[in-house]
Amino acid sequence: MYSDKIKEILAQHGKLSLDVNTLTDTSNLYDAGLTSLATVNVMLAIEDTFDVEFADSMLNRKTFQSIDALVEALEELTAS
Amino acid sequence: MSGVFADVQALVEELGRTVVSEYASDVDEKARFPSEAFEAFKANKLLSAYVPEKFGGHGLSISELCKLCEILGAYCASTAMIYAMHQIQVACLVHHGQTSSWFQQYLRDLVEKQFLLASATTELGVGGDLRSSVCAIEKNGDSFVLNKQAPVISYALDADAILVTCRAHADAPASDQVHVLVKKEDCSFAEIAGWDTLGFRGTCSSGYELKSKGHCDQIIPAPFVDILAQTMHPVSHLTWGSLWTGLASDSVHRARQAVRHAHKRNPNAPPVSSLRLSEVDEQLFSMRSGLYREIEEYKTLLAEGNPDAFSNFGFSIRTNNVKLRCSEMLVDIVGRALMIVGIMGYKNDSPLSLGRHIRDAYGAAIMVNNDRIRGHNATMQIAMRERS
Ligand SMILES: Cc1cc2nc3c(=O)[nH]c(=O)nc-3n(C[C@H](O)[C@H](O)[C@H](O)COP(=O)(O)OP(=O)(O)OC[C@H]3O[C@@H](n4cnc5c(N)ncnc54)[C@H](O)[C@@H]3O)c2cc1C
Repeated sequence: MYSDKIKEILAQHGKLSLDVNTLTDTSNLYDAGLTSLATVNVMLAIEDTFDVEFADSMLNRKTFQSIDALVEALEELTAS
Repeated sequence: MSGVFADVQALVEELGRTVVSEYASDVDEKARFPSEAFEAFKANKLLSAYVPEKFGGHGLSISELCKLCEILGAYCASTAMIYAMHQIQVACLVHHGQTSSWFQQYLRDLVEKQFLLASATTELGVGGDLRSSVCAIEKNGDSFVLNKQAPVISYALDADAILVTCRAHADAPASDQVHVLVKKEDCSFAEIAGWDTLGFRGTCSSGYELKSKGHCDQIIPAPFVDILAQTMHPVSHLTWGSLWTGLASDSVHRARQAVRHAHKRNPNAPPVSSLRLSEVDEQLFSMRSGLYREIEEYKTLLAEGNPDAFSNFGFSIRTNNVKLRCSEMLVDIVGRALMIVGIMGYKNDSPLSLGRHIRDAYGAAIMVNNDRIRGHNATMQIAMRERS
């Protein structure tokens, strides 16, 4: 359920060079053109949408690598 | 500190005091490669200081390696910069090449023959943006051709191999990069830019159209983005910060000599400059403290071996802070030292001259422009939440 919303956020804030709908849940977002500035904007949008706060320790490449990785991060944040 | 390192450190101090310092002015004046120093380094196997013992190297730790850069920086910043840049490339091979038998053998050969490694990351059109390449490796079966317009390659003509960043294949996006070792004998260099600079003249960092070929085994078996995050980024800033700290400490040392001299002339009233000396020493203390803290953090991360930790925003920011703070404090410290030493520091032909120091100092913030780095930090700062 998170993944649809994350796709929406990526479409709006990710500034990807590919159409989000062509991505699979495991596609590498950096290969799809995700920059560090876009990463931060995606993070802020996820925080607003789901009312969560990313811990500083989660702010690394792996967390933002794919839709799956973002879902996993979000599950971790909403579980606590 | 291991017993082995105590010996290496004493040796590097000795070489610094003698062969490095003896030719520093000539290297600077003529903008020539410090060949005397590097012959001595090679004779003492110092080019393989960071290669693990199992391949025949000294197996030094990152903090020990940084200490050597700091020592050399006090005697000749160009020599120290070349030494540091070489070790950054060695660290890339040590950290990311060991899964390949070709690179294992290369490390053994590097120990035996004391190969000097240079780097070509900067490219016409992308400048110091390490994460973008225009050129691409062209594979043909087991072999490749790689051509790059490189506006700055330090000591290219004195190196035995060059590590080149490029796109992974002809259709790859600019950020899909690999890191390739090309051997000197497989390269041709057409000079496109000279190196008559204010400082770091001995690094001989001219620009070239580099044409090379090789075997596909020479591609480091890891994506460049990982090599950069885990090794090149931290090792560059920490070794550079170390040699800049050495350069700053020699400036303070010269200032101290001048103050002592003034004090001896009038022992009953400490010279005003002694207060300035205390002040500049505080700056040096801060510069060194921040650097040492980050060297320790990186050393810990290497020991823990979690590859994701290196791309953590907090660690990246702190690593960048070392580059930003050390390069800017360096200019400040050398400038203050010059005020203390006065005319004898301003003269090029005085034993307390700070001419070369101040010219070299200004290169630190230029070498990958500080505002580019600060821009990366600015983006990451927005995402950080916790008090640091
Ligand atoms: C002594 C020395 C040795 C070197 N040796 C080598 C070497 O061996 N191999 C190699 O490949 N390179 C080498 N370089 C080149 C170096 O790595 C950089 O590529 C070079 O200094 C250019 O840096 P730059 O592109 O960051 O900045 P510049 O091109 O100098 O920047 C120009 C201006 O653009 C601004 N700017 C550029 N990009 C951004 C951005 N993204 N955000 C904000 N501002 C920006 C800067 O603030 C600055 O005002 C060497 C440089 C020096 C000084």
